[in-house]
Amino acid sequence: MKLAKRSPLQGGPLAYAVLGAATLMFVFPFYWTLVAASRTNAELSAAVPAFTPGPNLFHNLGEALEQAAIGTALWNSLVVSGAVTVGVVLSSTLAGFAFAKLRFRGRGLLLALTIGTMMIPPQLGVIPLFMVIVKMDLQNKLPAVILPALVSAFGVFFMRQFLIQALPDELIEAGRVDGASALRIFWSIVLPVARPGMAVLGMLTFMATWNDFFWPIVALSSQNPTVQVALKSLGQGYVPDQSVVMAGTLLGTLPVLLVFALLGRQIVGGIMQGAVKG
Amino acid sequence: MAISSPPAPAAGRRPGAPAPAAAARRSGPRAAGRLAPYGFVAPFFVLFAAFGLFPLLYTAYVSLHRVELQTSERMDWLGVQNYTRLFEDPFFWNALGNTFTIGVLSTVPQLLMALGLAHLLNYRLRGRTFFRVAMLMPYATSVAAATLVFAQLFGRDYGLINWLLTSVGVGPVDWQASTWASQFGVSAIVTWRWTGYNALIYLAGMQAIPGELYESAAMDGASRWQQFRHVTIPGLRPTIVFTVVVSTIGATQLFGEPLLYEGNAGGGISHQYQTLGLYMYEQGWTFFHLGRAAAVAWVMFLLIVVLALLNAAIAARRNRTDR
Repeated sequence: MKLAKRSPLQGGPLAYAVLGAATLMFVFPFYWTLVAASRTNAELSAAVPAFTPGPNLFHNLGEALEQAAIGTALWNSLVVSGAVTVGVVLSSTLAGFAFAKLRFRGRGLLLALTIGTMMIPPQLGVIPLFMVIVKMDLQNKLPAVILPALVSAFGVFFMRQFLIQALPDELIEAGRVDGASALRIFWSIVLPVARPGMAVLGMLTFMATWNDFFWPIVALSSQNPTVQVALKSLGQGYVPDQSVVMAGTLLGTLPVLLVFALLGRQIVGGIMQGAVKG
Repeated sequence: MAISSPPAPAAGRRPGAPAPAAAARRSGPRAAGRLAPYGFVAPFFVLFAAFGLFPLLYTAYVSLHRVELQTSERMDWLGVQNYTRLFEDPFFWNALGNTFTIGVLSTVPQLLMALGLAHLLNYRLRGRTFFRVAMLMPYATSVAAATLVFAQLFGRDYGLINWLLTSVGVGPVDWQASTWASQFGVSAIVTWRWTGYNALIYLAGMQAIPGELYESAAMDGASRWQQFRHVTIPGLRPTIVFTVVVSTIGATQLFGEPLLYEGNAGGGISHQYQTLGLYMYEQGWTFFHLGRAAAVAWVMFLLIVVLALLNAAIAARRNRTDR
């Protein structure tokens, strides 16, 4: 027979045309944000809209920073997303390793519990969560959005799937024979192998946390917002100028787009990997 | 606990467990190995129980009480009153219906387009990484940011889309006040954000289909369309079920898009695009009735369970008829 691996068909002009049009649809709103953020309000409501970026970008960005606390919001989002990412990656790697490679009583049950709740939207638990946060006097404080997000059932499942394939049993056995403690084995054998999976999970977690909406708008206020909370204030008309609203949107999206520009290929790979294993 | 003299790494992190380091020294690595797994899963499960499972279950309990937002520590027993009120409220049924129609309007085109795009991406192409990354960019954008931009594009008087429609002679559409147009607008945001993501999931599934299947199909004289229909689609079935389940659950939870479409929790002037998620938020944080909001949450939870069972049943049935 021929080669086992199938060489895919060559894409014709039609494939390029359709993909090109789709790409345009996906990318255009970003371009439009830039256009709207760099114009004046009057230009945005002109009879014939402007299609190219104007000279007002920095003025609008300044206004957005001032009126909607976007500066604070960016910093808060960075703190929250950073803390959550570290927490999720660590707790998921620890638990994912145990589920992938260790035998213990109750393992099946605990794993079923994790997988079974993976699909349940956290949005459904916000009311008791809110009551707890009020009781702990954490309302409007960053721990209110960090604490509940520190662990993720998806993360545990993801790391388990990764480690089942990436970590040979013999490596752990060898460590045991050498008399290494469980923590030692984790530190010097599991972690180095787990690193690529941790990186992907970290990127996905960072983006998801940065973009998280429901819980932050419930737990925080516009006085101490994350980016999404600030954007919500913008959208609810706290700032009348559409061009300033768009400038704020641009500022809030830029960091994620930057990460995406640098790591887009890896994120695409991570999502496709997760899809096959998931 | 004054046993451990050297700062040996505490393998089993569970408090109250008989000093694992000492036990390890006594009976070799085996004993430590027995407790260590619990130490590894403990950080996850402690936080997961406190902030994941407990709130979910406690929601049912809260839904049987009167709880006000401002005095959320006080709970008065109501029985099923929150539920009866809910079922008597026409806005609840309205929200349920909207959630369904917007769910269909956003999920069906999204997944069909994703399937088509994945098929194209599966060809040998120049710049395929570019296409893939561009397709995923909306997914990296937040709901809030995407909605604010689309709200601007869908503006009635000065929006780009109405300008375009007017200039080709169709005339402006009221993307806010009209029921169908507003639901279409909200669905467009969802579709924009998730199509590329689903396309990549499908692409991954397509690449896992063995090439020999296509070769033998081609030898049997199957056209490209027949190959797509009889090799690609069956091979993708688990992936398709996965995306349908995930998008359906996402659709029942739709919240940020309708909230920021015009910036109010009512979901439009006559609640024409208010979803269940938005209705729940309105009950809790506009009307201050946390108990009623919890009842909505619990109804949404049951809805998801029903949808998941339905999905599983359909998938099982299709599998049976295919074989």
